Amino acid sequence: MKEFRLLSTSGILGYGFPEASLEAGLERKPDAIGVDGGSVDPGPHYLGSGKPFCSTMAIRRDLKLMLRAAVEHHIPMLIGTCGGAGGEPHLQLVVSLVRAIAREEGLHFPMAIIHAEQNKADVTRWVGEGRTRPLARRPQLDAATIERAERIVGMMGPEPFVKALDDGAQIVLAGRSSDPAPWAAAAMRAQLPAAQSWYAGKMLECGATAAVPKGHDCIFVAVRDDHVECEPLNPERRCTPLSVANHSLHENASPIHHIEPGGMLDTKDCRFEAVSDRAVRVSGMRWQPADTYTVKLEGVEKAGYRAITICGTRDPLLIAGLDDFLASVRRNVEQKAADFGASHDRYRLVIRCYGRDGVMAEREPLRGTAGHEIGFVVEAVADDQEIANAVAAIARTNMLHTDFLGRLCREGNMAFPFSPSDIELGAMFRFSIFHTVAPDDSLVMFPIEHETV
Amino acid sequence: MARIREIAAVCKSKNAGPFELTIDVVFDDPALFEKVKRTGILCPALFARLYRVRAEDVLFTVYEAALAFKATLPRLVPAGDIGDTDVYGAQQHAPLLDVEIPV
Repeated sequence: MKEFRLLSTSGILGYGFPEASLEAGLERKPDAIGVDGGSVDPGPHYLGSGKPFCSTMAIRRDLKLMLRAAVEHHIPMLIGTCGGAGGEPHLQLVVSLVRAIAREEGLHFPMAIIHAEQNKADVTRWVGEGRTRPLARRPQLDAATIERAERIVGMMGPEPFVKALDDGAQIVLAGRSSDPAPWAAAAMRAQLPAAQSWYAGKMLECGATAAVPKGHDCIFVAVRDDHVECEPLNPERRCTPLSVANHSLHENASPIHHIEPGGMLDTKDCRFEAVSDRAVRVSGMRWQPADTYTVKLEGVEKAGYRAITICGTRDPLLIAGLDDFLASVRRNVEQKAADFGASHDRYRLVIRCYGRDGVMAEREPLRGTAGHEIGFVVEAVADDQEIANAVAAIARTNMLHTDFLGRLCREGNMAFPFSPSDIELGAMFRFSIFHTVAPDDSLVMFPIEHETV
Repeated sequence: MARIREIAAVCKSKNAGPFELTIDVVFDDPALFEKVKRTGILCPALFARLYRVRAEDVLFTVYEAALAFKATLPRLVPAGDIGDTDVYGAQQHAPLLDVEIPV
């Protein structure tokens, strides 16, 4: 029976993994090694700012061990969604780290870099040609939304990875990619069926997340003609039918229909069987090719500039009249800010009350406060940083000093843990583009560069 | 009568993309899963009520292969936008924990 063996080091490049797990994986002679480089989950900031959500120190550590392993064992190394969000600055960060590590370690290899950032003129043209569709109840994409975007990426499928490997690359670094795509590419290129290859990718993209205890660690998946078999490499972890089945629910709207570029993975009739006390076999997955090849677009736009201040109260008299107190603070802030030139229409003031509804906001079913202390994150968002900072500062002062009925704590209402008490958070972004586009083919949006390192 | 926190193996929430929240309740015993399913308590209307959305905006799936119930619904605020309280959507499961199931 044909078999293709894949080793994923962790959930995300930079989350870390025990070196012993990598060694154990390499002893099983994988045909390829890799890791998912990012996710949309940490929010819009990273795509907007061009920064990674893992530290460069952590990314470098994981990369170094993986590069050494790939070169020593003469196997491909594949990383999708480099640098967290998979835009051009994110990709270039990982490319520069790889070049630097190779220099220091004396490693040599053919490398491919696959770009995923999209230019606004192309996206506008696709809208004009009727190629785009909204996802998740978004409005239709229009020229103004595209113009406002800070950065737009396309989410590539497996085809650019296949092409990069066919053209001789051993190390493949890609921008925004569907999480399973690099793995699906490697397995399908080895003539394994699409359903099993995509399913393997779904397991591998999260590292040992599908194991118990769950953690950021290595996982090994063997792809065969009619099933996949997965096993964590750390002896402290194991995969069980429940833990693997549970993983198929992860971050997807449906547990059964997983829409990917070029088709849909159907997991309705999957069977999960233990093949040992720590390895699980999954079979019964199906792949349904799509009529039209589509690529997801992700884009963010600037929503303003933000400053926050953090404080807490331990005063039962204040907590008993919290709504009235916060209304007084808001009135004072509005007046004082207007006095220094920031009228109320120039900023948004959000007061988050931890201990009341700081986690669920309007969806919190328990009204009122039961605790003896309440934490506050006071947030000002404005069109420029100066106003955001000024409003956060005047809000801080008024949280501390605003009078309330029955007040005994006349020196101050709040405990501030930090000096400085205000934190400038800089530009804030929001997701603005979450659409699909139907390109002419699966490669045209994702240019591939080759270099010899 | 038992609360979900007393009988489920997993009860969790997470983003399904920046605009949707997905909530899973998973059991580890097929017989218990069957019983829970037959009560019909876990249904789109329950999630609509708990999360204050329209029932037609809840994508509800019973996933037999994983002994799981899954509901996907619009987020209150898109992840990371002004007023969002939970960028990852990882702490929106609590209202389900106390739902009572007659098993």
